[in-house]
Amino acid sequence: MQYTLVAWMRDKPGVLNRVSGMLRRRNFNIDSLQVSHSETPGISRMTFVVDGDERVADQVVKQLRKVVDVTAVEDITNRLAILRELALIRVRTTPETRGEIMQFAEIYRAQIVDVNTENLVVQAVGTEDKVDSLIELLRPFGIEEMVRTGRVALCRGDERAKKKRHSTSIFKAAASLNGSGHDDQ
Amino acid sequence: MAIAKREPANTGYDLGPQEMTGSQMIWESLLREGVQIVFGHPGGAILPAYDALAEYEGDGRIHHVLVRHEQCAAHMADGFARATGEVGVCIVTSGPGATNLVTGLATAQMDSVPVVAITGQVPTSLLGTDAFQESDVVGVTQPVCKHNYLVTDIAELPLIMKEAFYIAREGRPGVVLVDVCKDVQIESGTFRYDFDISLPGFEPWPVVSSDEVQAAADLLNEAERPLILAGHGIHLSNTSEELLQLVEKAGIPVVTTLLGTGNIPETHPLSLGMGGMHGEAFANRAVQACDVLVAMGMRFDDRITGRLDRFAADAKIIHFELDRAEVGKNIVPDVAVVGDLAETLPAYLPLIKERRHQDWVDTLNEWRSETDEADIIQYEVEELIPPYVIRQLWHATEQTDKRVIVVTDVGQHQMWESQYYIHEHAGMLLTSGGLGTMGYALPAALGAQMSDREALVWCVAGDGGFQMTLQELATIQQERLPVKIAIINNGFLGMVRQWQQIFYDKRYVGTPILSPDYVKLADAYDIPAAVVRHPSEVVPVLERAHSTDGPFLVDFQVKEEVNVYPMVAPGAAVDELIRRPKPGYVQGYSGVQPSW
Repeated sequence: MQYTLVAWMRDKPGVLNRVSGMLRRRNFNIDSLQVSHSETPGISRMTFVVDGDERVADQVVKQLRKVVDVTAVEDITNRLAILRELALIRVRTTPETRGEIMQFAEIYRAQIVDVNTENLVVQAVGTEDKVDSLIELLRPFGIEEMVRTGRVALCRGDERAKKKRHSTSIFKAAASLNGSGHDDQ
Repeated sequence: MAIAKREPANTGYDLGPQEMTGSQMIWESLLREGVQIVFGHPGGAILPAYDALAEYEGDGRIHHVLVRHEQCAAHMADGFARATGEVGVCIVTSGPGATNLVTGLATAQMDSVPVVAITGQVPTSLLGTDAFQESDVVGVTQPVCKHNYLVTDIAELPLIMKEAFYIAREGRPGVVLVDVCKDVQIESGTFRYDFDISLPGFEPWPVVSSDEVQAAADLLNEAERPLILAGHGIHLSNTSEELLQLVEKAGIPVVTTLLGTGNIPETHPLSLGMGGMHGEAFANRAVQACDVLVAMGMRFDDRITGRLDRFAADAKIIHFELDRAEVGKNIVPDVAVVGDLAETLPAYLPLIKERRHQDWVDTLNEWRSETDEADIIQYEVEELIPPYVIRQLWHATEQTDKRVIVVTDVGQHQMWESQYYIHEHAGMLLTSGGLGTMGYALPAALGAQMSDREALVWCVAGDGGFQMTLQELATIQQERLPVKIAIINNGFLGMVRQWQQIFYDKRYVGTPILSPDYVKLADAYDIPAAVVRHPSEVVPVLERAHSTDGPFLVDFQVKEEVNVYPMVAPGAAVDELIRRPKPGYVQGYSGVQPSW
């Protein structure tokens, strides 16, 4: 199954390389990886989608925590979270199809962010499922170019309040979270 | 000899902030970390640091050992670190100097040995231009380091040096590399070393959960056939004594990993010696038959577990481990106790009931004696076989009052050493367990000897591994080190040949190996040496080696096609092993000792 992991790390040169290198070296299967700034200056935030079983996800969390520049890791798979992806899709248009494409976009609450006589660019935001299904809908018209951000995730308000990042409590929380992984075998 | 939570030595050098060059900062940092010996090789990009070293070498504060190949600088730092429990330091130049280090760094990292490597780098203005002797050292070494740094700003250098030692030393030890640009070495800046280290992502000493300790105690207290599998962590945390207390209080037999040899004395009745691929049959059988397996400071390497799904299949597993990532990596334990063994073992001990487990111990002794009957043929040795050489080496070193350190290379002789040498305490044997690096023994022995010139250090190597790093004979002489060298010379890359014999239908491809005349070779380095071809010469030559001041080299020209048994084929379960054929083999630490 897919696991959603969030990691925070010091915003220093080469940190992305350290993390991606470790994931490759340990032969983990990563479906998507997204990096951005976090609310704290100097701390980047990475969202991973990991394909595997519970043991694999447990190992990814633990190995990520061993990377010195990684300050915290959370497995938010089983928590209430907002999961989103943004896609920019350039679709070929003709005067005949343009209206239909715009209708589909509207149904998906996607926006048209660029348009000319040959094509238009749809900006879709939603879960990966939703983006997938819009893409399938648009594919027959001819997708000329596309970019997807990969999953980003943020826990919902009440869930968020339980965690304090960048403090030692996160390690204990993560520890008990991981600890449960091997108690059941 | 422990590596646990050692505070940096108080060097008395803390003089407050001072203006100095980056080069001086490197050495000042080392002094504050208690470093007195570094292993290195100079070159263009590290020249400013070497120039600054003159002052520190001049007044004897730092001793620099010039290696003949950078790989050996890392192995020497590794041997030094294993022998002392302190951080070993090596220093080399950019490009080829740094890339030559990689094997040595990987060796140390795989075996959790604290090493700090300092490499010169091209000036910041040339970074990324494929400048002369430029290589992306941070990129190249990242997978084999606990952490590494590129220093492009002198303001960061002191903190990075302090962090490097902190990370290498604290928690599960490992390798940290600091790559310092040449212009940073030349520039001047303010040096201070009174930083409080704040690394929120680095959690070296996890908080021990008393619930976990209790759960582990409850499980063990109910065991009828308990077994301890003890690894390198016992030595790293200096808890041999606590382990022995546990063993004797609860009557639990002990199997060790290769790096755990001597965790309890191998003469102890509850010691079953080493398990795994070349472990004794009864040790592996014990692992498969136990009902509770207590793994301590080990990581379930494939060489110890064999086929994973059949490893200790009926046992509940308790895993004492410092590195949380090792828990569940290969084996998912029933109870994990995460934390420093120096904390968890003393907490565990009072919770454990006094037991004898007499039936279980009797069974194991029966297996041991069955093994003896099946495997031991006591006979007069007519040919020079490696087990005999190793056993005589043990007899010879047993008689000395000196601290004995045996450093082995990788291959057949390494396994024979682990089987036939009797290790009385942890840390007697230094060997490359995880990476299995041929060429390790000679430089590591040299590093160990540098830490203690009074120790009796034996480098035991095969003719293959020895030829990989024999250029360090010159270093031994330049440093006037009394390292004793035994070459187990069988004319083959023996372990590979053994695999070819067993798994590849005896096609010996690329394994017959020519050796030089080692006596002449040693003579060229002015090292006394002897060649041994017959068993009757073994004892006298060892006496001669021990009575010789300074180094001594023995070329043991042993019988060629001798195999290491028992042997678990890769991928097989550990009880599906190939036993010793008879006649011709002897048992290691069994109740029945060979006639020799």
